[in-house]
Amino acid sequence: MGYALNFNLIWRHFDKLWGGLLLSLELAVISIAIGTVIGLVLAVWYVSAGRTVRAIIAAYVEFIRNVPLILLVYLVFYGLPTVVDLAYSAPTSFVLTLSVYSGAYLVEVFRSGLEAVPRGQLDAGKAIGLTPWQRLIHVRLPTMLRITLPALSNTFISLFKDTSIASVISVPELTFGAQWINFNTFRIVEVYLVTTAMYLVTGYILLFGLRLVERRFRAAR
Amino acid sequence: MSDASNASPALLDVRDVSKAFGTVEVLRSVSLQVKRGEVVTVIGPSGSGKTTLLRCVNFLESYDSGSIRIDGKEVGYREAGTRQRRSERDLASMRAETGMVFQSFNLFPHLTAAGNIMLGLTKVRGKSQAEARQAAEHWLGRVGLAHKADSLPAELSGGQQQRVGIARAVAMEPKILLLDEITSALDPELVGEVLAVVRSLAEDGMTMLMVTHEMAFARDASSRIVFMADGGVSAVGPPKEILAAETSNERLRTFLARFRASHF
Repeated sequence: MGYALNFNLIWRHFDKLWGGLLLSLELAVISIAIGTVIGLVLAVWYVSAGRTVRAIIAAYVEFIRNVPLILLVYLVFYGLPTVVDLAYSAPTSFVLTLSVYSGAYLVEVFRSGLEAVPRGQLDAGKAIGLTPWQRLIHVRLPTMLRITLPALSNTFISLFKDTSIASVISVPELTFGAQWINFNTFRIVEVYLVTTAMYLVTGYILLFGLRLVERRFRAAR
Repeated sequence: MSDASNASPALLDVRDVSKAFGTVEVLRSVSLQVKRGEVVTVIGPSGSGKTTLLRCVNFLESYDSGSIRIDGKEVGYREAGTRQRRSERDLASMRAETGMVFQSFNLFPHLTAAGNIMLGLTKVRGKSQAEARQAAEHWLGRVGLAHKADSLPAELSGGQQQRVGIARAVAMEPKILLLDEITSALDPELVGEVLAVVRSLAEDGMTMLMVTHEMAFARDASSRIVFMADGGVSAVGPPKEILAAETSNERLRTFLARFRASHF
């Protein structure tokens, strides 16, 4: 083998990777936060709504789940501004896309959780005289959260990794930083080894944190 | 506001209530009254409509015709006969006047024993956290679980969970307590501790309507027993009369004979 690993050039440009990772996390956190609001509102609406609303929400979920994220990113960044009079930066465009995308996945997670809350608990809430809104806030949502936490963690980690797609519209997140270093140093093996390790470690830390939250919810109040 | 002089003397007044699930008639013109301080037990074979009747009393189930009044006030509908459902807000405040204990306990799993009791006291009765906590501790003491106030339901035995269920219901100071086969999901050795709590509530004058398969308990604790069969009331009377082996009611005789055969 004639190839000798040399990480020096990677360390010289490490700020591209580190800054990229921070931006990846920022994109993920904002998108997931917005997506969680979309998911919660639509899921609660879905389980209490009539046929028409259910069909519309289901159509949204199906559309998103059957179109590749990369295509949605192109559509929103290149397509949408040509149709409507909108101007936004690449990161904003990506956050918009990933929010709508994660919303669809989270609707499914929350909806199945809401439907899994045992009917007896809702009966108990009714029997002590809670109003529908109080039953939602104090009985249904807390139980739903406990049921969905493991699935929720998986979805969050998955969405964090999806931020790498932002590189295709030149958002300088982690994968984009890796590409930049590769183009400028030709150290393809080294740069992707380091980048992979960075995704891996970040993913593990996120997972560890989420599992801690899960355990807390399971054990204490 | 309420015109007590016009109202019937019964605290709970069920009149001609009928209900069908599709083509299956689960309640056929059921009438029954429970006076203040009375303990009325409903017995009957499974599928006879006992649980459905209980669930109609606090409107967890709607019914097709007839009227159910508590303290003279129509429960689920704006007026008898109109079939116009009360608003959800109205229903909630009506339901707060009845307590219910369930076969499967149905405690809120994310709240401690005290938390389960405090939820209704703070959100429905408007008590402060401190007042609610005090009431919760008082009622947990009454059911013998003062030391379990901060335990989660998952950390309690079935019998303990059910006693919390009872405390949660009575802490709301309901006018009537509905008990739906509350010992059916318990291991035999845990039944006694739950029934002891019910007995002490009865001695304190709590009005109760219960569905049970514990015949010995029904005989000892009830003022009256209602025997239901095929969705209708087949016999009503004092325990001695209803549980007598030589009753002339053939359905009741068959039920009791079958019951004795399977329990002794």
